[in-house]
Amino acid sequence: MAKKAKDDVSRVRRAKHGTVLTVFFSLLSIAYVYPIILVFINSFKKKAYISRKPFAIPTGKMFVGLENYINGIEKTGLIDAFFVSLFITVFSVLVIVVCTSMCAWYISRVHNKMTSTIYYLCLFSMIVPFQMVMFTLSKIANMLHLSNPVGLIIVYLGFGAGLSVFMFCGFCKSIPLEIEEAAMIDGCAPLQTFFQVVLPIMKPTCITVAILQTMWIWNDYLLPYLVIDLKRWKTIPIAVQYLRGGYGSIDMGAMMGVLVLAIIPIIVFYISCQKYIIEGVVAGAVKG
Amino acid sequence: MEKAIKRYFPIFVLPTMLAFILGFIAPFIMGIYLSFCKFTTVTDAKFIGLENYKKVFTDPTFVHALWYTALFTAVTVVLINVLAFAVAWFLTKGIKGTNIFRTVFFMPNLIGGIILGYIWQLLLNGILMQFNRTLTYSATYGFWGLVILMCWQQVGYMMIIYIAGIQNVPGDLLEAAKIDGANSKQILTKVTLPMVMPSITICTFLTLTNSFKLFDQNLALTNGEPSNMSEMLALNIYSTFYGRAGWEGVGQAKAVIFFILVAAIALTQNYLTRRKEVQQ
Repeated sequence: MAKKAKDDVSRVRRAKHGTVLTVFFSLLSIAYVYPIILVFINSFKKKAYISRKPFAIPTGKMFVGLENYINGIEKTGLIDAFFVSLFITVFSVLVIVVCTSMCAWYISRVHNKMTSTIYYLCLFSMIVPFQMVMFTLSKIANMLHLSNPVGLIIVYLGFGAGLSVFMFCGFCKSIPLEIEEAAMIDGCAPLQTFFQVVLPIMKPTCITVAILQTMWIWNDYLLPYLVIDLKRWKTIPIAVQYLRGGYGSIDMGAMMGVLVLAIIPIIVFYISCQKYIIEGVVAGAVKG
Repeated sequence: MEKAIKRYFPIFVLPTMLAFILGFIAPFIMGIYLSFCKFTTVTDAKFIGLENYKKVFTDPTFVHALWYTALFTAVTVVLINVLAFAVAWFLTKGIKGTNIFRTVFFMPNLIGGIILGYIWQLLLNGILMQFNRTLTYSATYGFWGLVILMCWQQVGYMMIIYIAGIQNVPGDLLEAAKIDGANSKQILTKVTLPMVMPSITICTFLTLTNSFKLFDQNLALTNGEPSNMSEMLALNIYSTFYGRAGWEGVGQAKAVIFFILVAAIALTQNYLTRRKEVQQ
């Protein structure tokens, strides 16, 4: 009873500050999304007015309807870029989750010099910046004919393996061995044990890894830019950067249209998987 | 059981290992070797010893980029962590609309650096235009533009981690402190802060490495203009490789130095803040 009374008191006090804080954070939230809204407003403005009057609402002769969007899509091939990005992201993430979880389970169940070497190499790769390997990696990928979306998936598996293997290993250590032993005694082969027993247990980690890798691969600019054959394929970030062209002249109208179109899939993804994304980020941070 | 699994090496480990060798180990080793060579592609490398490294330190753009990056990292690490912790602190008090605020603050993280760069270029150039300036007028504008962009993007991410940390502080600990007569400031500094030290370790680590390795935002917002003065290390390495003919070796040497710096920062930071963590 006493505790409840105290809770009520603190709730009253909290509510007082609460209103002020809610108002403050509401204003802050509006300021936070303002840059995106500004881009959205400008995407309907005639190109000449965007740099000169970025804060004006497009009315009268400033308003151009969907012209910027059409122009932007034509100039960058954004629709194709969207599907290339989608293909690369979805399959890279799938391949990474399946391959690295298998690898991680193996190296945390078999103990010898080689498996511990692999583990430490993965750990090491996490602190190596991409610039260190970008030149040689792009040359190797070229030599092995990996300059296409499928090849890029292999490159992503290799470069993204470190973090994923590390995270799966952390989880594998916490799975009680008895479960797997029971499965083996009941006649499961290792492959069956893994896919029917271990992988379902690892589902939360799979989601975490998938979320972190999706956020990275979907937005990655430099790796696909250097590896892929740009005449034939573009990803969304490459398509956006492509508008800059030579020496800083940007078609601002097309740029605004492309930016809005590039943000929409991200917002849809965010709203539909928000719970998993936030949980994934927290879980990923604790282990990383 | 170990024996039974062991035979399955080719199925379980080999695919990942092959890709890992191809995508990381081979480029890494070649990268170290090539930093001692003169080359234009991988096949025509000639060993020239430390020549490239000498050139790196006499290259004024590199030294400038190094200080610019260091300053940028210092400013953003402090700003992002303080802001993120403050927001997390208020959003764990159970005020109305917490979930919406959290959703909004986190959103910029999902948008890629290139897109963010152009969004902010529009807004910041629009504001600076009132004063007849642009982002590329001087490196100072580019610097603060990048700082604002980086805070906008990263505060939400770090906030999520801090919120998880603050919510993990056991309630009885806070209650005990209250009964012992601690005021809210004391609770914050003597109970909450030490208890969320693991989150602080992670967040400083992430902000440090993110800021130090920043590339996309730099490329999109200013592209190093005016005349390489707002160029950070990653962009400097990139433009040495692909913008200056015959400088590939120097670019690779810069990349090796960059790697050593990132590794050193990561390891030192980890060591220093881990010591401050308390056992639960």
